[in-house]
Amino acid sequence: MCNESSHDKHAFRKSRRKVLKGLAAGIGALALPATNASASVWEAFFQKNFRELNKTELNQVLARLEGEYSKEYGKQVTVKATLPIEGVKYGYGLDLSRCIGCRRCVYGCVEENNQSREPEIQWIRVMQLDKEKGVDLSHAEHYYNPPEVPQEGKFYMPVQCQQCENPPCTKVCPVQATWKENDGIVVVDYNWCIGCRYCMAACPYSARHFNWAKGKLPKEEMNPDTHYLGNRPRPVGVVEKCTFCIQRTREQPGRYPACAEVCPVGARKFGNMLDPKSEIRYLIENKRVFIFKEDLNTQPKFFYFYAT
Amino acid sequence: MKIYVWRCLSLAIGLVAFGAVVVYAAEVEKYFDRHGTLIVQEKVEKYKRRADEGTTYPVPPPPFSEDIFPCSDCHADMEPNPQRRELVDMHEDIVLNHAEGQRWCLDCHNLDDRDTLRLISGEVIPFTESYRLCGQCHGDKLRDWKVGVHGKRTGFWNGEKQYLLCAHCHNPHSPSFKPLQPMPAPVRPENLDRQGSQAAPTHN
Amino acid sequence: MKNIWNFYKGTIAVTVRGSAAYYCWVAFLLALMVIGVITYIVQLNDGLIITNMRDQVSWGFYISNFTFLVGVAAAAVLLVIPAYVYHWKPIKEIALLGELLAISAIIMCLLFVTADLGRPDRFWHLIPFVGILNFPQSLLAWDVMVLNLYLTLNLVIAVYYLYNLYYKRVPNKNFMTPLLLLSIPAAISIHTVTAFLYNGLAARPFWNASILAPRFLASAFCSGPAFMILIFFLVRKYTRFKITDEAIQKIAELIAYAMFINLFLLGAEIFKEYYSDTVHLAPMQYLLQGLHGHNALVPWIWTAMIFNVTAFMIFLIPDTRRNNTALVFGCVLIFVGVYIEKGMGLVIPGFVPDVLHEIYEYVPSGMEMMIAIGIWATGLFVFTMLLRVAIPIMNGDFHVAEDGVGFQISDNLFFLRKSDREKDINGSDENATATSEGSDSA
Repeated sequence: MCNESSHDKHAFRKSRRKVLKGLAAGIGALALPATNASASVWEAFFQKNFRELNKTELNQVLARLEGEYSKEYGKQVTVKATLPIEGVKYGYGLDLSRCIGCRRCVYGCVEENNQSREPEIQWIRVMQLDKEKGVDLSHAEHYYNPPEVPQEGKFYMPVQCQQCENPPCTKVCPVQATWKENDGIVVVDYNWCIGCRYCMAACPYSARHFNWAKGKLPKEEMNPDTHYLGNRPRPVGVVEKCTFCIQRTREQPGRYPACAEVCPVGARKFGNMLDPKSEIRYLIENKRVFIFKEDLNTQPKFFYFYAT
Repeated sequence: MKIYVWRCLSLAIGLVAFGAVVVYAAEVEKYFDRHGTLIVQEKVEKYKRRADEGTTYPVPPPPFSEDIFPCSDCHADMEPNPQRRELVDMHEDIVLNHAEGQRWCLDCHNLDDRDTLRLISGEVIPFTESYRLCGQCHGDKLRDWKVGVHGKRTGFWNGEKQYLLCAHCHNPHSPSFKPLQPMPAPVRPENLDRQGSQAAPTHN
Repeated sequence: MKNIWNFYKGTIAVTVRGSAAYYCWVAFLLALMVIGVITYIVQLNDGLIITNMRDQVSWGFYISNFTFLVGVAAAAVLLVIPAYVYHWKPIKEIALLGELLAISAIIMCLLFVTADLGRPDRFWHLIPFVGILNFPQSLLAWDVMVLNLYLTLNLVIAVYYLYNLYYKRVPNKNFMTPLLLLSIPAAISIHTVTAFLYNGLAARPFWNASILAPRFLASAFCSGPAFMILIFFLVRKYTRFKITDEAIQKIAELIAYAMFINLFLLGAEIFKEYYSDTVHLAPMQYLLQGLHGHNALVPWIWTAMIFNVTAFMIFLIPDTRRNNTALVFGCVLIFVGVYIEKGMGLVIPGFVPDVLHEIYEYVPSGMEMMIAIGIWATGLFVFTMLLRVAIPIMNGDFHVAEDGVGFQISDNLFFLRKSDREKDINGSDENATATSEGSDSA
């Protein structure tokens, strides 16, 4: 990420930015009242892309964000920028023969990842499908709400970011605000995204979500353990998505993603695809597996499987 | 001369025998408490050696009904009755819905010691290893369970993991999953901007 | 430098003069612009939630208008080709108006894209070397490049040409011609790149058809020139600028060819989808016949179809084409038809049903439409101002004064009805009143 060589490359860009900074600050000084907050507003405005930040700058950014969030949510919030673990490529397995469509994962994710409660943003969408028709989306029911699940003759297919090896969303971004990390997680720099939503048009899985308004997140429900590229509170007008709970899974030892942890039927599996002894490797090698929309060559690292 | 040899020999044999008795008694003491009741935890040590090439699986305590364990609290004073029958005085709340035509209580519960389970081979296992009992029929599930693909492991994907026993999710007497009430459906895009004004969005 | 400043002062002077009709028109546009700005401030404040776009349909009315207007902008080239490549004189004189339209349309395009951004404050991330323009990976980066290149090109050509006419100099052909020739591939590229922007998304089968770029070009060559013909009729009727029937007829003929290709390609696409009858048919069904009872676009697209086919017939049959009333009618039909087809008709079915086959029927919100109207008003305002400067210059009614410093304006009214025009001409025979001069001291 913030390696030195890429930093040198942008030295020129930096000097240009200074000119712009001076110019805009001059104009902005007229437009914005000089409150205490204005310094951090300008710092945020001129913040570089995450991948161009050097260590000092990164620490400043993290400290600024921690301060802002701690104040806003009335508790000590940490914003990590944990790097990928060497030799790890995350993979996810979802057992369609087990999933009962109870949506516990949807809400577990919302709570862990500080999604906006209003307007509602959910990173996982569970579809109810007919067993007779198989994975035929034209019969998918997204808003099913029976008293009990599973329903007779139905099966359930949760969809979230498939963390593609060949992600169509990152290449379309006009400003490189989204990219695939070395551990395979596709992330968004919420402070760099311009909100053009081209990535949303490009994603075949409806995995990207837009902050149509400034999200409401109750203080008491805010999860203070956050990652810069993951579950920190998002500003209005940017795109967000599942990160395999980057704030959990990049730790050593790293907890399972919230959706996997909360699943009452154990349908969700997670692990390191480069580790031959991991459960994800076992299920890929031993179970009937399919990847969603295989023909699009997105090469998901999210594997739907049938344990039975 | 001869007599001394014999005396010494008998003394040595006597000492060894005494030692053996003492050691045996101490060993036996380990398995029973003051009242002579078998202590499950101690016995487990012995069985663990045999389980899965020395591998054991960290599990939380088995999900016993409240105040029911140890079973020997009641069963110690009762005459074991191996007669296949319908239970009437006790445990009548347990409805076997699990290959009920083919088995009854003592196919799995140990006749001689209710605090343990019994495999078909006759091997006695503690409740904490009940997965081995289930695995007798559901071998494929046991195999998947061990690698974390059947059931759920919690903890750390790259560190210590905690397993759940089969019985944590499946009632052994009636193992199939019970339906759940689903969490609310997402807000429809049409209503996203008036989400707040809708007290309880009900969608079908 | 001083000359440029004097020229600039002259243009300001000329734009604030005009007939009552001109003032009304400008005031009307300004009022709409104000409404647009106020609504946009609300959007900045509340976020894009005030639109009806949602995750399921993440692009809507703004991007639809953008797409259509890229076509209009590209179409200016249709006038440049015969004028400068084939040296066809009748069009040469009016090709400049096409370039002015291109400038206005591109400005509208840029405004629509800006209105669609969630974080317009971060626009600078798109500036190469200052921010990070993801070139050549992202087609949107390409679009930013070619749109700005095309805008610059047309601005340079138009301003240079008008500036020289103003100072009564002959524009340097060696400078103009290469730029004009470059504007042809530039025009084609803005539309091709915009088509590729959609085309490259495998997730959206409705767009992921190789016929998309040619269809874009064909429809652009209908809508842009149709708008030009309407402008020509207006300009001819309400200003002193002369435009021959010959030129208009030529353009009309070209529209007929383009519309034929457009309809043919559309037919080819409809055939392919319906005959192969795969899951990828769904968006086409949604557009043309409705899907699972959702049919918001159906009446619109059939209106567009009928308009396009009717217009095609009008332009194809020589008798109707030569009838000016029919021609104007045809142009309106084409403009509206292509606006529907290449706007909402192209963008929305890309999202309906969405990638998980959810159907969200998108209809723009009132605020969205007000912002769009504000942007259209801005574009028309820019175009009006450009015409206000360009037409008198080309007529010789606005040029540098005798002293070589001030300016002379002989067309103070600009916007007049024909009957008034005759009076105006008679009046100017009697001299002086309609002519005014600016001075350096001002």
